[in-house]
Amino acid sequence: MSDVFPKWTNKLPGKVLIGALLLGAGVTAGLTYYFTPKYTRVGYQPIQPVAFSHTIHAGQLGLDCRYCHNGVEKSWYSNVPSANTCMNCHNQVLKDDPKLALVRESAQSGKPIPWVQIHKTPDYVYFNHSVHVNRGVSCVHCHGPVNKMDEVRHAKSLSMTFCLDCHRNPAPNLRPPDQVYNLDWVPPQNFAKTQGAKFVHDWKVNASQNCSACHR
Amino acid sequence: MASAPDNSPVKIAPPPAELVREPLVLNNRSLGYISDHISGIVEGKTPVWWWWAFIPSVLLMTVMFCCIGYLISTGVGVWGLNHPVGWAWDITNFVFWIGIGHAGTLISAILFLLRQKWRTSVNRAAEAMTLFAVACAGIFPLIHVGRIWLAWWLFPLPNANSIWPQFKSPLLWDVFAVSTYGTVSLLFWYTGLVPDLATLRDRATTKLRKFAYGFFALGWTGSNRHWSNYEKAYLLLAGLSTPLVLSVHSIVSFDFAVSQVPGWHTTIFPPYFVAGAVFSGFGMVLTLLIPLRTICKLEDIITVKHVDMMCKVILATGSIVGYAYGMEFFIAWYGGNPYELYAFQNRAFGPYWWAYWSMITCNVICPHLFWKRSWRRNMVFVFIVSIFVNIGMWFERFVIIVTSLHRDYLPSNWGYFTPTWVDIMTFVGSFGLFFTLFLLFMRFLPMIAISEVKGVTPQADPHHPLGGAKVGGHH
Repeated sequence: MSDVFPKWTNKLPGKVLIGALLLGAGVTAGLTYYFTPKYTRVGYQPIQPVAFSHTIHAGQLGLDCRYCHNGVEKSWYSNVPSANTCMNCHNQVLKDDPKLALVRESAQSGKPIPWVQIHKTPDYVYFNHSVHVNRGVSCVHCHGPVNKMDEVRHAKSLSMTFCLDCHRNPAPNLRPPDQVYNLDWVPPQNFAKTQGAKFVHDWKVNASQNCSACHR
Repeated sequence: MASAPDNSPVKIAPPPAELVREPLVLNNRSLGYISDHISGIVEGKTPVWWWWAFIPSVLLMTVMFCCIGYLISTGVGVWGLNHPVGWAWDITNFVFWIGIGHAGTLISAILFLLRQKWRTSVNRAAEAMTLFAVACAGIFPLIHVGRIWLAWWLFPLPNANSIWPQFKSPLLWDVFAVSTYGTVSLLFWYTGLVPDLATLRDRATTKLRKFAYGFFALGWTGSNRHWSNYEKAYLLLAGLSTPLVLSVHSIVSFDFAVSQVPGWHTTIFPPYFVAGAVFSGFGMVLTLLIPLRTICKLEDIITVKHVDMMCKVILATGSIVGYAYGMEFFIAWYGGNPYELYAFQNRAFGPYWWAYWSMITCNVICPHLFWKRSWRRNMVFVFIVSIFVNIGMWFERFVIIVTSLHRDYLPSNWGYFTPTWVDIMTFVGSFGLFFTLFLLFMRFLPMIAISEVKGVTPQADPHHPLGGAKVGGHH
């Protein structure tokens, strides 16, 4: 046999095994980190046609989210307002600012501003905004502190895990209905255990984990 | 060795004729002959017939992979599946192939534990057949899921969706059963191959052969310690494989029995499926080995007695299958469930009557031809019957799957399944894959367990007149 395999090959199987284990661990770790929504989606911040600042409008001025996204309580869809909503103020404020040229043009022509969509649920996922915001789930849970973002970016992974974590244990993410649009609200101590559980009970929160809840 | 030493001090009178067992290796073939002859199949020039078998097999296999490519790129609509028949040839083929595998495990594991010495001549080829059948079987459930790039969801892997497969589903149990079965069968087969691979390595004349066989022989030297470890490993693997013979097809039968479909929801399914699987497996072993023993001149090693024994297994398991068919009908009537009764009446006399009666002819009538000893020992006859067994067992799965599905409770949910050309060519092509693998196996690996067969030759018994424990003899 010695004429077939040189002596150094005696140690080869162990080396190959260790190499394969390291490679397997590396591939697993790499896939987990680089190929899951926590990495692939979070931080997405496309350049928008108009540099609209949520910091100024929702943060400093304290506009309610619903002033612009006025469908969110009634519809599965949270709408982006038409330019007319902007013009309610901007026909007085900064009315000749060149940065708002596209807004004025859109308000006149009726042709929508080509905003770039950031939060996109796949077409095989059904998501209803109204049922969430009306049962104490705040905007901030899925969209992050938008009132502190100059330009909106994808703050949370919105992966299936993300949805299921909350559906499996909704209590910590529920808040009093009047605080849903207050993105800076901090729950008092032990709120989840006491009040959150009460909300789940009182509002009959039945966060379904069935496939067909979202994949209809 | 073959020649009897003349100076033998012990003379043992031959036992009376009625007590003599038919030897497992005929014509007093020597140990050297066994090594030379079996290795010779691997080492000799590639025979012409091999090419005539191999090229069409590869072509058929290519057809199957093209069909699979078409299926994946287009969608499962290229098959004849539609409401109400959502499973048809795909799952039929899966159960057909996985069933065939059972003969290998039964021969290698159960017959080993039961000390059935006749297994040694056929176990290697039967185990190889098992592996290749499992490979064919594995393809069908994989491609029938539609979006096969998501097939990894079948395995309980942590993932970014934080979901797990449905552990309550027999379809998941199936994944585990079949993959365990494939893995253990491969290990068992390979463990048995190691000493023979070393034989081929030591006989090899070219550098490449030395390297290839040497690599897979894992440094086997045939020392006492090697043999001792080998025997232990082999026994352990036999013990591990034995429950698999029963569990795999039981779990395959759960795919149906755990559901509520009349015609499927039957407690008799697990034993009935296991018996059917062994039945079909032995059918396929005979289909493969009867021509091979003639072509490769192995008549002294795979003897008529071996074929006879396998025919008896077919007779036994075929009778169990026939009993199960009868019992299904009895329970359908005795159980008093009109839907169950209808499912079975429809099976025999409905639009698929032709499939049902083909199955009955092949599986119930054919095995009973083996009651007659001279018929069991007629190779041409056994070969023909073995083909009918294969056909019958394919029809059995087709009948169970399609006839139970095609008439739902409401007549508006009635339909008739017709295969498309893709259905047909994928199935036919799977035989191409099977035969390609088997032909490669018989050309490059020892088709018969050389070291084990030597152990069951008459002269390996020290008490035999030609045996080794005397002056001048050794083993």
